[in-house]
Amino acid sequence: MKGDYLAKNMANNRIPSGPNTPGSQQTPTHQGIKVFIQRDYSEGTAVKFQTRFPAELEDRIDRQTFEYTMERLNEHFEMAESADCSTYCEGCLACLTAYFIYICTETHYEKHLRKVSKFIATQNERIYNPRGIHITDPILRGLRVIEITIIDPPNCQSPTGNSTGQLRHT
Amino acid sequence: MARRRVTRRWEVFAGRNRFWCDGRLMTAPHPAVFLLTLALITGTCALHFAFDCPYLAARVSPALPAGGAALALLTLSALLRTALSDPGIIPRAAPGEAGAEGPGARPPPRAREVLVRGRPVKLKYCFTCKMFRPPRASHCSLCDNCVERFDHHCPWVGNCVGRRNYRHFYTFVVSLSFLAVWVFASAVAHLALLARAGAAGGAAGGAGLAGALRASPASALVAAVSFLSVWSVLGLAGFHTYLASTDQTTNEDIKGSFSLRRAGARAGAAGAGAGGNPYSRGNPCANCWHVLCGPLPPSLLDRRGVVPGEELPPQFVVTVCPAPAPAPAPAPPAAPPLTPAAANGALSSHRHAYMNHSLDLDLQELCVGAGAAGAGGAGAGGLSASRLRLLQDTTMIDAALDLDEPEPPPAAPAAPAAPARA
Repeated sequence: MKGDYLAKNMANNRIPSGPNTPGSQQTPTHQGIKVFIQRDYSEGTAVKFQTRFPAELEDRIDRQTFEYTMERLNEHFEMAESADCSTYCEGCLACLTAYFIYICTETHYEKHLRKVSKFIATQNERIYNPRGIHITDPILRGLRVIEITIIDPPNCQSPTGNSTGQLRHT
Repeated sequence: MARRRVTRRWEVFAGRNRFWCDGRLMTAPHPAVFLLTLALITGTCALHFAFDCPYLAARVSPALPAGGAALALLTLSALLRTALSDPGIIPRAAPGEAGAEGPGARPPPRAREVLVRGRPVKLKYCFTCKMFRPPRASHCSLCDNCVERFDHHCPWVGNCVGRRNYRHFYTFVVSLSFLAVWVFASAVAHLALLARAGAAGGAAGGAGLAGALRASPASALVAAVSFLSVWSVLGLAGFHTYLASTDQTTNEDIKGSFSLRRAGARAGAAGAGAGGNPYSRGNPCANCWHVLCGPLPPSLLDRRGVVPGEELPPQFVVTVCPAPAPAPAPAPPAAPPLTPAAANGALSSHRHAYMNHSLDLDLQELCVGAGAAGAGGAGAGGLSASRLRLLQDTTMIDAALDLDEPEPPPAAPAAPAAPARA
């Protein structure tokens, strides 16, 4: 079942192709400008993303909204990697059952990844897509970066809440 | 209708891993030694259960076979999980993710430094994977992937050992050492009981140890195999217990990444604080708990995902490419987006291009690695040549550690490497 979740979620990932021109953090493609938020390793190797506000988004969205999204995202990942009693119990139980438990249950981490996907989908739907921005779920990029795509404004004035019903839900 | 309409992600995977069962399982490119390991363990266990256990269950206690069976089950399950699961491979990045990229653009810097808990850590740029390797990740030259928290490439289990399967590997090594001791003790007990019975008279084979060996030659074989293997496995278990309690990897331990000498040199260069392992939680128990029972990170590969698809929600696709293109009409993901033949052709050519490219890069990396290793030996750099040789001879993991990591003295090795890269 957990395989299904990832499969559904990552079906939209694809091997990158297409023209790329040099740029520091942004890459214009045929689908718009891409901005990449890199990982923040200052507290170790746990997943955490930088919260610095990228200049490319300045005329589209206010700083607080963006930072709120990033902080919530980091909180979700922190919870996924948190090492409290229940995750230790899960690990021990898995070891005691010779790891057969992983065949039938979803791990703590995967539950939180599901929450992250849901959170990003809602944020996209409510805030970012109407302003011509799309945030890609970081699991689709191997948790290396958060990819933010900016669609050119003239084409995207119209999309509003009603058309987002087609958004994929996980 | 044909079942296989879709191309799954494992079929276009860029590394050299091999996949089985439609992508559900994966191993390193040459799993022959893994099959040997598996055959050795199952064979010895089978002999033990067939010849020793019935006697011991009847004469001593049925608990002996039960305990052996539980240990064998744990060992085999841990072995299979280590060998057949994703060790924590980081999928290759899109061009442009790491910064300046693209044809004709200047290449990104070879390395950049970040502070991890106040200590400087160098992130190297991986030319194959197109990204700065996260801290503790390393590129496995056999599988041609970057692996998170890379420990080593273990030919015995036929896979890399990394962040996702280290706990399984550790369980495997520890349970195998217990199993070897258990089986050895059982076989010896069986022989001893037979010998005593023979001495008391009335046994089939005759008196003494010779009679016992004649009566149960399989026990002797089992005892010999487990006796020979128990030492190396026990040593390995001890070594990994040490590593887990200090939260280090084999890779870091061999390179001495956190040793005082190098840390001192680095601190002198960067002006930062003392060395030591920035990832350690400070106390051995906490490290062990976290390494072995902490949250298990998910696989990032999505091996069974379907390959092509739309990246953006439908309304974006519609607005960006409105009328003029009828071909890439935003079909729902369930329908096959291209005709299967065309898709397969395109994908396989893409895949070959990808593979050739990575091979190229790998050769270059090997050249650089060889240069670096030579220079390191001469200039007494990071890793001493004798230690490296010892490692190669004893553990067969010569190719397991990527050789471009041991840092050469800064000036010398660039010169021989430059022509190869140009």
